[in-house]
Amino acid sequence: MQNQEEINRLKDVVQQLLDEAKQQGASGAEAAFSVDNGLSVSARLGEVETVEYHCDQGIGVTVYFGQKKGSASTNDISTDSLKETVKAACSIARYASDDAYSGLPDAELLATEFPDLDLNHPWDINAEQAISIAIECENIARGYDKAISNSEGASVNTHQGTRVFGNSLGFLQGYQSSRHSLSCSVLAGSGDAMQRDYWYSVARNAAGLESARQVGEKTAQRTLARLNARSLSTRQCPVLFASEMASGLIGALIGAISGGSLYRKSSFLLDTLDTQILPDFVRIHEQPFLRGALGSASYDSEGVATRARDIVSDGILRSYILSTYSARKLGMQTTGNAGGVHNLTVEPGSNDFAGMLKLLDTGLLVTELMGQGVNRVTGDYSRGASGFWVENGVVQYPVQEITIAGNLKSMLRNIVAIGNDVDLRGNIRVGSILLEQMAIAGE
Amino acid sequence: MPLLEQVTQSILAVNGLQTQDIDRVMAALLSVPVDAADIYFQSSHFESWSMEGGIIKEGSHSIEHGAGVRVVSGDKTGFAYSDRIELPILLEAANNVKAIVRQGQQAQRQIEVAKSWPQLYQPLNPLKSLDDQAKIDLLKRVDSETRKLDSRIEEVMVSLIAAYDSVLIANQDGSLVADVRPLVRMNVTVIMVENGRREQGSMGGGGRSDYSFFLENDRAFEYGREAVRLAQVNLQAEEAPAGNMTVVLGPGWPGILLHEAIGHGLEGDFNRKGTSAFSGRVGERVASDLCTVVDDGTLVGRRGSLNIDDEGTPTENTVLIEKGILKGYMQDKLNARLMGVKPTGNGRRESYAHLPMPRMTNTYMLPGSSDPDEIIRSVKKGLYARNFGGGQVDITSGKFVFSTSEAYLIEDGKITRPVKGATLIGNGPDVLTKVSMVGNDMALDSGVGTCGKDGQSVPVGVGQPTLKIDGLTVGGTSV
Repeated sequence: MQNQEEINRLKDVVQQLLDEAKQQGASGAEAAFSVDNGLSVSARLGEVETVEYHCDQGIGVTVYFGQKKGSASTNDISTDSLKETVKAACSIARYASDDAYSGLPDAELLATEFPDLDLNHPWDINAEQAISIAIECENIARGYDKAISNSEGASVNTHQGTRVFGNSLGFLQGYQSSRHSLSCSVLAGSGDAMQRDYWYSVARNAAGLESARQVGEKTAQRTLARLNARSLSTRQCPVLFASEMASGLIGALIGAISGGSLYRKSSFLLDTLDTQILPDFVRIHEQPFLRGALGSASYDSEGVATRARDIVSDGILRSYILSTYSARKLGMQTTGNAGGVHNLTVEPGSNDFAGMLKLLDTGLLVTELMGQGVNRVTGDYSRGASGFWVENGVVQYPVQEITIAGNLKSMLRNIVAIGNDVDLRGNIRVGSILLEQMAIAGE
Repeated sequence: MPLLEQVTQSILAVNGLQTQDIDRVMAALLSVPVDAADIYFQSSHFESWSMEGGIIKEGSHSIEHGAGVRVVSGDKTGFAYSDRIELPILLEAANNVKAIVRQGQQAQRQIEVAKSWPQLYQPLNPLKSLDDQAKIDLLKRVDSETRKLDSRIEEVMVSLIAAYDSVLIANQDGSLVADVRPLVRMNVTVIMVENGRREQGSMGGGGRSDYSFFLENDRAFEYGREAVRLAQVNLQAEEAPAGNMTVVLGPGWPGILLHEAIGHGLEGDFNRKGTSAFSGRVGERVASDLCTVVDDGTLVGRRGSLNIDDEGTPTENTVLIEKGILKGYMQDKLNARLMGVKPTGNGRRESYAHLPMPRMTNTYMLPGSSDPDEIIRSVKKGLYARNFGGGQVDITSGKFVFSTSEAYLIEDGKITRPVKGATLIGNGPDVLTKVSMVGNDMALDSGVGTCGKDGQSVPVGVGQPTLKIDGLTVGGTSV
C-alpha cells in the first residue's frame, strides 16, 4: 500500500532541489528527502512510563561541478532554506579537489523496474492501545517466575516513512515503508548477583510481530538463564555464536569486503577476490527483492539497481560490495550497494540450534558480546562475552566476565558449521555459527 | 547583545515567534496538574571536511532546527517534537503530550532558579572562525606534514568537524535560559605498511572552541605525529597475553575505564529504578581509598563541559567517589525529584528530538602521590595500557569492557614489547577496589569522547592519572 500523493509531494521538493542545483551551476546533482512519523511508548512496573511522538524529516543534496563534489542537508524545507542548502553544497564543491572517480552513477545502471516489495504496513494503533500491549508484555515477563526481581520495562514502537531519491540523470523514485517493534527487558536476582536480559521482535507488518506473550516469556527465560553466572579459566575451546551474535561476525566480513575499506587499504581481506575466504560449504548471497523483509530495496542510495547475487559461493569470494565511487577507485563496476547490503543471507546448514549444540559438544556458547574490539585492518578480534558453558551438547552453566579472541581471517576459515536457526530481525540473515577454536581469557 | 536575547532572536524571532508564544504553549501544558514541563528549542549548524588520498575528498554542511515539548507527572513522561517552530504545531504537541497526565501534583514546590553561571566557553560560531580556504589549507598542511614523517605511510586521512549549537529552554516555573555551544574536532588516521603487514594509528582532539584551537600549541600537527607513532608501535606489536594480570593504565584517555566501569552505573535513572549494580550503595566502599572520582561539567572549554545542562540547570563538579566511598549519583530533574535529591546538572539530550536523561560530562579521577615510573617499576609481570578505543558496560551485572589500542608488556618492572589491541574486562563495583597505586600525573583526554546511551550520543570527556590495578582480565590470543 503506497500513498502516491505523499510520494509525489516529496518528489516535487526533490525536483525543486535538483533544479536549484542546476540553476546554481552544478553539472550534476542528487538529492534525497525522507519523512518519518512514529509513536514510541514504554511501560514499567505495570504503568506507562513514556509516550513519545516522533516526526522527523531531512533533505540532503550532493552537487558536482565536474569532478568536485559538495554535500549539504537540512530539516527545513522552505524554499529559502532549500536555496541556502544548495548554495552551501556548491560552496563546498568549489573548495573540494578534483577527484577523477567522483560523479553520478552510469545512467545505464540506474534501476528501471520498481516491483512492489510489500514494505508499507502502517499500524493503526493509538497510544492507549500501544501502552496496553507494552504493559501486557512486561506483566508476562515479570510474572513468569518469582526470581524476576525488577524491570526496565517493555516498549512498543511504530514508524512509517516516505523516502524519495532523485538525480540529474532523470531518476526520481520514492516509496513508503513501515517498521514496528516490541521489546522487553527485566532483571533477576539482587545485589552482586543481579542479571538483566532482553528480547525484541521487529517487522514491517505488525501482524508479523511476536506476541506480547512470546516476547515477555522469552525475555524472562533469557534473564533467568543468566543467574549464577561465573567466569571461566583462560583456555582455548570451540565457540558457538548464537544466531543473534553471528550477524556481527558476518557484519565484520561485509565491512572488510566493502569498497570503502578496500580502496583505503584498511581491510584484512585486501586482494581476496576469487580466493577462498570461507570453508567450501559456505554460500552468502543478497536477496533485495524479498517481499516484506527488513532489508529489501529495488535500488540503492544512488538509484543503482540492486541485484540478487552470490557474494560468496563454495567459500570463494565472488564479488566485493561496492558503490559507484569505490568501484571506480578499484577499477570495477558498482554492485548496487551504496548505503549497504540488502537482506544479506548466509545459506543455512542442516542443523537446528539443538543440533548445533551437539556439534559444539564441549565449549562456549556466546549469547552476548561487548565492546568494539575488532580491528578492521588486521582482523584482530578481542571482545567481552557472556553465554553458557556446554558439555556433551548440554548447557551446564552461564558464564560472564570473559573475553574471546582470535583473528577474523582464520576465524572465518575455521567455521565448522552454520545452523538453520536463522535470525530474521536484521539485514543480515544468518543462523548460529560454530568456530573450531578461539582463545578465552577469564579468571 | 546578551546571550538570551541573541538566542531568542536566532531561534524564535526568525520563525515569527515571540516569548509570549512560549507562555501560551506552556499554559497549554500546565492546564493539567503536572510535576514538570519544558520546551526545548534548538538550532544547529554543522560542517565537516575530509581529506583522503592527498585530496580534499568531501565536505558537508547541515542546518537543523526544531523544538521538543515535554511534560512529566510522577515518573511518567509525555514528549513530542517538531522541526517546524510554529505556534499551532507547538500547541498541538502540547495537547498530545499532556494526555499522559492522569493524576499528578501541580508543581507547587519552589524551585531554586539559578540566575547566572560562569561562561565556560565563548558563544562563537566555529564554522565562521576560518574561511573555507583556510580550513582546506590546514587540512592539506596536516596531510603533507604527516606524510613526511615515515616512508612506510601508505594513506593519511584527516577530518575536521565543527558544530554551532544554540538552545533555548523554557521551564514551567517561567524561567527562560539560553546557551550557545561551539564544538570542534579534528582527527588524523594513518595507515602504514611494512613487509606486507598493515597497521593503523589514529589521534584527534577538540573542545568547545573554534578552529583556532587546532592552531594553538601546534595541536593539528601533533595529532599527525601521534597517529604515526601509534601506527609505528602497532607494526611492532606481538600477540597480546590472555588471562588475569596486573594492569597499569596510562594517564588521560584511559580514564574511559571510569566512564564505563562506574560512570554509567552512577547515573540517576538506573539507581532510582534499582537496575544498577551500584543501586542503594551510597556511603559504601566501592573503591580503594586512593580513589576520588568526580564528574565535572564546569571545566573551561572541554568537550564534555556545558554552561547549563539541557534542562537549564547549571553544571557542577559532582563528587561521585571520595577516598573510595560512594558519595552520590548524577541527576537530571526527573530522577532527582523522585529520589529526593537535587539535580546535578547532568540532564542531557542529543537534540530537541530526544528526551533528556542523566548523562556524564567530564568524568575523571583526582591525582594521587605516586611517581608513574615507580608504578611501572612495582610490577613484576603485567600489561601497560597507554591508549584505548571504545568501551561498553552492562550496568546491571556491572561487567564492563574497554579495548586497548596501544599496550605493552611489563616484565620485571620494565616496559618491554608492544602487544596487539586486546579487550579488557572487569566488574565495575570491584575494579576500583583493586587500585593499589595512583599516579601524580592526572591528565584529561584530548577531546574525542562520544558517549552512547539509549541510542543518544553526546560529547563527553574523561581523565585520570596513571593507575595500577591488581588483577584485570586481558583478552589476548596468547593463552
